[in-house]
Amino acid sequence: MTAAATSAQDPAPAPGAQGPAPAVSVRGLLKSYGDVEAVRGIGFDVHAGEIFGFLGPNGAGKSTTISMLCTLVRPSGGAARVAGHDVVGERDEVRRNIGLVFQDTTLDGYLTAEQNLRLHAELYGVPRELVLERMRQVMEMVGLWERRGSRVNTFSGGMKRRLEIARGLLHSPRVLFLDEPTVGLDPQTRSSIWGYIRELKAREDITIFLTTHYMDEAEYCDRIAIMDQGRIIVLDTPETLKANIGKDRVQIQTGDDRAAIDALREHFGIEATVAEGAVTFGVADGEQFVPRLFAELGQPIRSVSVSRPSLDDVFMSYTGTTIRDAEASQTDTRRNFAKMMSR
Amino acid sequence: MSTTYTAPSIPPPLDPSHQIAGVRVPVRSAGSELRAIKVVWKRELIRFSRDRLRILTSLVQPFLFLFVLGTGLSRLASAGTHGVNLRTFVYPGVLCMAVMFTAMFSAASLVWDREFGFLREMMVAPVRRSSLVLGKCLGGATVASFQGVIVLCLAGLVGVPYAPSLIIEIFALQLLLAFAITAFGVMIAARITQMQSFMALMQMAIMPMYFLSGAIFPVAGLPQWLEILNRIDPLTYAVDPMRRIVFSHLKISAAARSTLDPGVTWWSWHVPGLAEAGVVAVLGLAMLTIAIVEFSRAE
Repeated sequence: MTAAATSAQDPAPAPGAQGPAPAVSVRGLLKSYGDVEAVRGIGFDVHAGEIFGFLGPNGAGKSTTISMLCTLVRPSGGAARVAGHDVVGERDEVRRNIGLVFQDTTLDGYLTAEQNLRLHAELYGVPRELVLERMRQVMEMVGLWERRGSRVNTFSGGMKRRLEIARGLLHSPRVLFLDEPTVGLDPQTRSSIWGYIRELKAREDITIFLTTHYMDEAEYCDRIAIMDQGRIIVLDTPETLKANIGKDRVQIQTGDDRAAIDALREHFGIEATVAEGAVTFGVADGEQFVPRLFAELGQPIRSVSVSRPSLDDVFMSYTGTTIRDAEASQTDTRRNFAKMMSR
Repeated sequence: MSTTYTAPSIPPPLDPSHQIAGVRVPVRSAGSELRAIKVVWKRELIRFSRDRLRILTSLVQPFLFLFVLGTGLSRLASAGTHGVNLRTFVYPGVLCMAVMFTAMFSAASLVWDREFGFLREMMVAPVRRSSLVLGKCLGGATVASFQGVIVLCLAGLVGVPYAPSLIIEIFALQLLLAFAITAFGVMIAARITQMQSFMALMQMAIMPMYFLSGAIFPVAGLPQWLEILNRIDPLTYAVDPMRRIVFSHLKISAAARSTLDPGVTWWSWHVPGLAEAGVVAVLGLAMLTIAIVEFSRAE
């Protein structure tokens, strides 16, 4: 693990800064479970009205962070304010002002869609005279108004997720938290979920805070924070992050990766690594480089792919590994940990 | 490679006139807590009414005790019952039993709720946990009492008259017992997160409680060890007043009454029926309090 991670720790706290108060404000937030530090002191602000993405491999601490912001998990240290309220001291105030969509469904399958929403409206104290109209708005938005009388048990995974988004909006929260909103859904449903998220931003006065481990989805956020191993590694707009890389990504399949890496260093002065089973490196102008590569590498190449910098590359340049490989090694770590514990 | 996912196409933003009217959620008040209690209670009723199978299956055990045990053992027992049908004797116990199983299943649904995630929806709501627990217990008590009413309707079949005072008193007692049992179950469900363990534990608690309670034997003249266990058993204090109510409406000999309905005594003091109901109420409230504390602590 090469720690290319530079200091993206706490942004300078800006007391009395101009503009609207941040929707979410986090300073030095910590969470540890025994010896395991899930979140190691992070700090950031989410501006009101933006789509803010938390990106990182599974186990990076995203869900723990979101749980702390939603008052479901008590922080071990640091402070966080959501919609202007402290997550520890003003728990109910925070809860009233946030909407939540979890990774796993939290609907009652025995009730109809409408009954689920009505129950939510009652729990959140939505004024009675507004319930019906508001319910219709949010259900129409996700295209489920016609199905309001059906039991949730009969819904597909995508429909359930849409219903949960509608439910999360029912009480007009100021911040909507979406924890991996598209995980486990087919591409078409994912795209429609993203449609709703974008539409929401256009229609309602709302801040959206979401976590994902899909790089391509992170591109739809206004700003993203990349999280790895309990820390925020970098936080910026997707465009800036990609622009900072400034290189195309080239991946080649060879018969002998080690020899290819040596040859790249020798002939081109390029440092390459093996990622996702291919020799991977960045060059300024990938497409023009490929002919030179074939001519001068002196190693058989089976296939080449060149891609514009993506957030994957951003992740890689900051963490030295791809998100997929990071997840794989996380699993290894966990497995080793479990082995250790069972001894 | 990372090409399995096609990037989502974004629909154009809608025109601003389409804006959704916001809802201002008022600050928490006693009214919002009441709404929470009511909606949790109502959910219990909706779910129960949807589950016809559960209504039927919860009746199996009471029917077995009433008609199979009551009929099967009646010849054997006729010498000692002074002419009272054994079915009539076990009827008060069966009235309790009908309520117990349904109340237990109601509490058990909390374990499912946790497993299927719905519990989370309730736990993150901006209401007191005590409102949620109270709503759940009241809901369990209501559906269980409904089940009790079905058994109450059978009174005529076992020679018990349909007197209004009898029906009201029995229903009130069933409601109380159902509430206490649900509170007991919810208290357990706060700790036990696996359905199998929960069911095993409930069975382990309910069956001995039922057998020791005097539901199937008179509580006087027992061997000392059994008498002690009987007096400790909380269910005794629900079955005994139930039997007093039923027997007060029967025209039977004094000998039969003193044998079959001797009443619970504490060191030869006859505990009044109202005090017995008080024992159930106090225990129910104590368990409700523990359940609330446990759920308030859970994150």
